[in-house]
Amino acid sequence: MSTAVADVVVEDALPADEPGGRRANLAANLVQLARKPVFLLAGLYVLFVVVSAFRPKLFTAQDPYETHPEAAAQAPGVHHLFGTDIYGRDLWTRVLYGSPLTIKATLIALAIALVAGLGLGIVAGFFGGIVDAVLMRGIDVLLAIPGLLLALSIVTALGYGTVPVAVAVGVAIVPGFARTTRAEVLRVKTLPYVEAARAGGASWGRVLLRHILPNSWGPVAVLAVLDAGVAIIAIASLSFLGFGAAPPAAEWGTLIADGRNYLVTAWWLSLLPGLFVALLVLGLNHISKTLQELTR
Amino acid sequence: MIVDIKGLDVGYLRHRRVQPAVAGLDLTVAPAEVVAIVGESGSGKTTTANAIIGLLPANGRITAGSAVVDGIETAGANERTLRRLRGSVVGLIPQDPMVGLNPTKRVGAQIAEAVRLRGGSPDEVFEHLAEAGVPDPELRARQYPHELSGGLRQRVLIAIALAGKPKLIIADEPTSALDVTVQKRILDHLGGLVREQGISLLIITHDLAVAADRADRIVVMQNGRKIEEGDPATILGTPRETYTRRLIAAVPRLAPRFDVRDQKPPEPILTLTDVSKTFAVSDLRRGARGFNALDKVSVTVPRGQTHALVGESGCGKTTTLRIALGLETATSGSVKLDGDEIVGRSWNRLRPLRRKAQLVHQDPFATLDPKFTIAQSITEPLVSFRIGNRRTRLERARELLDQVALPASYLDRLPSELSGGQRQRVAIARALALRPDLIMLDEPVSALDVLVQEQILQLLADLQAALGLSYLFVSHDLGVVAELAHTVSVMSHGRVVEQGPVAEVFTDPKSAYTRELIDAIPGRRVADAV
Repeated sequence: MSTAVADVVVEDALPADEPGGRRANLAANLVQLARKPVFLLAGLYVLFVVVSAFRPKLFTAQDPYETHPEAAAQAPGVHHLFGTDIYGRDLWTRVLYGSPLTIKATLIALAIALVAGLGLGIVAGFFGGIVDAVLMRGIDVLLAIPGLLLALSIVTALGYGTVPVAVAVGVAIVPGFARTTRAEVLRVKTLPYVEAARAGGASWGRVLLRHILPNSWGPVAVLAVLDAGVAIIAIASLSFLGFGAAPPAAEWGTLIADGRNYLVTAWWLSLLPGLFVALLVLGLNHISKTLQELTR
Repeated sequence: MIVDIKGLDVGYLRHRRVQPAVAGLDLTVAPAEVVAIVGESGSGKTTTANAIIGLLPANGRITAGSAVVDGIETAGANERTLRRLRGSVVGLIPQDPMVGLNPTKRVGAQIAEAVRLRGGSPDEVFEHLAEAGVPDPELRARQYPHELSGGLRQRVLIAIALAGKPKLIIADEPTSALDVTVQKRILDHLGGLVREQGISLLIITHDLAVAADRADRIVVMQNGRKIEEGDPATILGTPRETYTRRLIAAVPRLAPRFDVRDQKPPEPILTLTDVSKTFAVSDLRRGARGFNALDKVSVTVPRGQTHALVGESGCGKTTTLRIALGLETATSGSVKLDGDEIVGRSWNRLRPLRRKAQLVHQDPFATLDPKFTIAQSITEPLVSFRIGNRRTRLERARELLDQVALPASYLDRLPSELSGGQRQRVAIARALALRPDLIMLDEPVSALDVLVQEQILQLLADLQAALGLSYLFVSHDLGVVAELAHTVSVMSHGRVVEQGPVAEVFTDPKSAYTRELIDAIPGRRVADAV
């Protein structure tokens, strides 16, 4: 075997008296992240939306279902941040109360995709051969069906609700996770430290859990953040198309769809909830991009 | 002067701070002169070369001084000026021939590109290939890089550099990725070409032996500064700096450290008898190795001593080691470790024997899990075999770090915070964790600088004396073998061509192949001067 290149530009070793190790690394990374203002903004916004999904009362004192016919279709102002709809309900409150289903379904969908995708990817990449071929052809079939179409048919079959929507969207994003994980496992599997662990007497299970999984994890985590945005759009699309909660319940997609009829007279009805969702997805994309740069 | 550098400062921007890499460097290269820059990694030698042709990485900054190349100032020059210099005035031979060529283009087309940029005719491609010492240029020009061996690729890279008819060629560690014999041939050839055509040559190397054999002038660099300069005879004969003296001392002497010619060999700990290995030809990944599988290899490692396997790339030495460790199965033959047969054992029945034999890999940058702290890496074999509890394992890790001369504060470091030599020490500590009798060393020092190399070899020798270890040592470098091994097997094309005590094989080689290997070792001038 030819020798490895002798002079790869290596950063010098840390002096012995400087702090090192995991904690110092984590601290350094956090400091680096904190220096990125756009990342901070995006992070705070995403955090705000997630908190509001579980505790909407923290950010609004009004009731999402209470109608005030005298205050119908008011433009955004100090009293009504996002304005009011044609029944006089506060739109800001309705947007906030509309997030639980989307956010919870997104989290469940991601959990499904992560578990199934990681599992399939690791098994396929690790065992290779026939197992790999069979699993990956299955994934190929899933990839061939457009995600939203697949989600639509699953929701039609299972009915509407947090869990069916989560399952529908989760299944649609499994292939991406499986592919990414498999590629990473294939790369990590051949590295000398895996062989070193084997030579040290470690069992395959241990090698898989302690070496291969943690080292394949990075790109998958980035993909998870990115796919959270995809899932949110998919769920909003489903409710926009009418597969949403029944009125009068608020839902991002339903809010946008309802406002369509009054676009000329009351533009804020569709635009502001739409912007709210778009910003959330943009924020998630930015976070995932920043994390990707950091792991590189 | 082709190159005239005055007071050059180069730094790298890291976390908004410029960390200096080269400081106040003065360097000149006259026409038709061969100059070598020698130093460890991190001494700023590659940075200097990159600054000359304006190929610094995106975060590199020239903060002071001037670098005039062929009358044109390159410090702070714009891309267009620099582009006119590259190729036609300065040719670069990159470090690693394995990645230096575009894998999707035929070799001929890549040389033609350089010819075209100069405005020459495409027929010159064959001429340059022949000049660079590539046999059968018409055939080679039609081939893709993956069809060529490392040595041939390096020659193609030389041909590309020559195609621009430059006045200066910069060779950045031109041969550190190659075998000694190939290295010698290529350096000889490059030296001859340069002298014939009156081209200046700037060699960047960490190996003083290589520099001393070819250069008219040697520049020694340390921590970004030039600390000594002069012709080889002066540098070798009367070095002023202690650092230079250490570099000279680190050049392998080929003087065997151990002489076991008249001793009765101790009991063997590992015996390989008539081991053969054939790789299935249909296997695409291993197909290329198919023809150099092992053919009736017999090797014995005496207890408490070191046996070395020497040979060029692809001679089967690493395969032998992997079979001896049970990571690869032999097609036929027997492997006995401490009296127990290994061949044919299943993984689970082999596992208990892992406690007797351990492995140290070649590449210190890939042998440690980047997510594991040093303590986790070292204690992993103990965890795998369920030895001791958390506290005793940590205790053992501390003891092991002490044995490999690393401070205990490194326990919760991550591998990325360690230098190459330190990582190799950690890898050795991990191999020692189970108190094995035999350690298999797969080119443990070939990826390290000469000075670090010497320290690691010393460490291995000390550990052997203190713990009574036996080593099976794989290397392509005879100088290193002489420092560490008692007995040696020289391998070529899957066969053992010569075997015996190092003192005997090296002083009185029986086979022509061994003689060729010994002649190829750089450092003649160093040996003569001292």
